[in-house]
Amino acid sequence: MSSAVDHHDDHHGPVTLKDGFGKWVMRWISTTNHKDLGTLYLWFAFIMFFVGGAMALVIRAELFEPGMQFVQPEFFNQMTAMHALVMIFGAVMPAFVGLANWMIPMMIGCSDLALPRVNNWGFWILPFAFTILLSTLFVPGGAPAAGWTMYPPLSLQTSNAFPMLIFSVHLMGISSITGAINVVVTILNMRAPGMTLLKMPLFVWTWLITAYLLIATMPVLAGAVTMLLTDKYFGTSFFSASGGGDPVMFQHIFWFFGHPEVYILILPAFGIVSTIIPTFARKTLFGYDSMVYATASIAFLSFIVWAHHMFTAGMPVAAELFFMFSTMLIAVPTGVKVFNWVATMWRGSMTFETPMLFAVAFVFLFTIGGFSGLMLAIAPVDFQYHDTYFVVAHFHYVLVPGAVFAIMGGVYYWLPKWTGVMYNEKLGKLHFWLTAIFVNVTFFPMHFSGLAGMPRRIPDYAVQFADFNMWSSIGAFGFGFAQLIFLWVVVQSCLKKGEAATSRVWEGAHGLEWTVPSPAPYHTFEEPPMIADAEITAVHDEPAKA
Amino acid sequence: MDDEQDKVGSWWLAAKLFGVTAVMFAFGFALVPLYEVVCEITGFNGQNKGLTLVASVDEAPVEDRTVRVEFLTSVHAGLDWDFASERDSIEVHPGKLYTVNFTAANHEGRDMVGQARPSVAPWQAAKHLRKTECFCFSQQPMEAGEEKLMPVRFMIDPELPDSVDTVTLSYTFFEIENVAQAN
Ligand code: HEM
Ligand SMILES: [Cu+2]
Repeated sequence: MSSAVDHHDDHHGPVTLKDGFGKWVMRWISTTNHKDLGTLYLWFAFIMFFVGGAMALVIRAELFEPGMQFVQPEFFNQMTAMHALVMIFGAVMPAFVGLANWMIPMMIGCSDLALPRVNNWGFWILPFAFTILLSTLFVPGGAPAAGWTMYPPLSLQTSNAFPMLIFSVHLMGISSITGAINVVVTILNMRAPGMTLLKMPLFVWTWLITAYLLIATMPVLAGAVTMLLTDKYFGTSFFSASGGGDPVMFQHIFWFFGHPEVYILILPAFGIVSTIIPTFARKTLFGYDSMVYATASIAFLSFIVWAHHMFTAGMPVAAELFFMFSTMLIAVPTGVKVFNWVATMWRGSMTFETPMLFAVAFVFLFTIGGFSGLMLAIAPVDFQYHDTYFVVAHFHYVLVPGAVFAIMGGVYYWLPKWTGVMYNEKLGKLHFWLTAIFVNVTFFPMHFSGLAGMPRRIPDYAVQFADFNMWSSIGAFGFGFAQLIFLWVVVQSCLKKGEAATSRVWEGAHGLEWTVPSPAPYHTFEEPPMIADAEITAVHDEPAKA
Repeated sequence: MDDEQDKVGSWWLAAKLFGVTAVMFAFGFALVPLYEVVCEITGFNGQNKGLTLVASVDEAPVEDRTVRVEFLTSVHAGLDWDFASERDSIEVHPGKLYTVNFTAANHEGRDMVGQARPSVAPWQAAKHLRKTECFCFSQQPMEAGEEKLMPVRFMIDPELPDSVDTVTLSYTFFEIENVAQAN
């Protein structure tokens, strides 16, 4: 076992509430510590998860029965647009950045991110961005209601909320880009000796590739929304047909960002699952190298498939075919990953603690989402599926039991390392089972309502869809309430209620983060550690040669 | 590695990545002309040289082929104008010139300038539509209450792919105001 970990106990710890409230608040505002910022990002994401969830429940309450029940159609549309924006940019992305903040330095053996001030700044932009976005609910004319995709000309009809929407998207973009730059610089420049690129844990790899995707695509989104802004207020006609522009062009630019964005939302999840499964299967991850190459090829392919979101927008047959086949090609590296996870579990001595339950459910349910994606990729049939609940079912399968399950699994997995106590395993399992059951009750029927023709983003529907929708709504409320258990478990852990955790926490866990005590000291790896072979073997098929 | 050197290296890499960010931001805007070039070359999206004015065409009617040309007229949201074509569709022989009249009336109660934007579907047809006269090529000043008759003279050239038997020509009238880039 490596004992070269230097804990620097002479460093005084962080300011706590006991030192005075004002000082404590200032600590969080001015902190540049990667663990503090990780915590802030994760709590921010958690709050946004509940805000976005509340919006989803408004949607599902209205759709419980046909006819208009609770809200006006305008407000319903605001809910669908805001739900997506809050969940994507407020919950899932910040949660991944939070995990990256906490874990990447501890996994590669450095003391902090490369640019700690930038890190602080990147986080503190977010509360402002979302205050602006959420306050649009209270301006005259209401919040943006043209969907998270913001297609013109409809989005240009947004009233006072419009500039606020654009400004908040710009802020979110700046935050993501600075975060991504920080991650790349940290990973490329600050690894401990012996931690070569192809020895890095997969979470680090997937984040490195995700960070490149962010740097390459967020600016394109910023450009697209800037053009919307100038079209509305400064007389340009990028997308306005009256001035010679073309609204369809917005769709091309948006999806040039948008499709890589969906991989930004899933690649770190792949990394988390690739970390959890070997731990609880007590085996080495199967096919480490192929995992890395699969991730890289997914990222590359994600740039040439965007128009599969636009099959019905009017494209020549050659383009339909190109985008159809390139999209299907993505299923190949994705399949490699799924097979590798299954092979890792094969004949392992598996145990099913909460993180593993989430990881196994991820493999199973994400694959269902991949299959519906393949169906949508078939251009001729997409004419039937497009803009129906089938698409809604598809992306919720990849995003909820996909990205969100991976985040939850990751939180349970690393929580003892963060707080120093074991979370309540019974409640964790209860949370998992309720979540896993209700997620299917919610989203599985949407495949059927979609195939039967129910359009998305509509507050009312024909009675033939009533049963499917009732199930979806029941599931959604069950899912929502199950998350309160999660909140309870996390809060209990943060209050240090629970058995003390060992450094290793999990019997089968390997990697540098498990060589430091639990809770992880405020400063870790001030001096680069010596990496013991055992910490590498579990993440990689070969031992380290330091 | 030396700490100072480390810091400099980090900022240098960060600066390069920031450069990539700036380039990608510019690339987002560059997609606009790129897109137009692609549409121009391929004729996707009904935006094509077929929709520019040609001074004259050589008529060579193909009597044994008929193509149906449909007309669609609409007025931009909120504009109180009437805008219609004298007929919904017409059967034409490729290679022959036809004239169809459109009418527009301004009910807004003020003098205005409008312009119609054309679009052709399917996209393959766009470059085979020759127009020798069309109101869409110029701005249309309309006094309050004024009504106008506007002829469109066009020909479908015989090169139109055989698979196309119906061509839809649609126009949307916009008020020209605050539009800087009217091309
Ligand atoms: C095998 C992999 C996948 C394939 C083949 C695929 C294919 C598709 C296709 C063809 C559409 C467009 C459907 C339509 O609008 O008619 C679509 C929509 C979507 N996909 Fe996927 N997909 C895959 C994986 C993913 C992943 C991993 C995510 C995110 C984690 C994702 C998120 C989305 C989202 C959010 C939409 C809807 C966007 C919108 O219109 O609002 N997909 N997918
Ligand atoms: Cu896509």
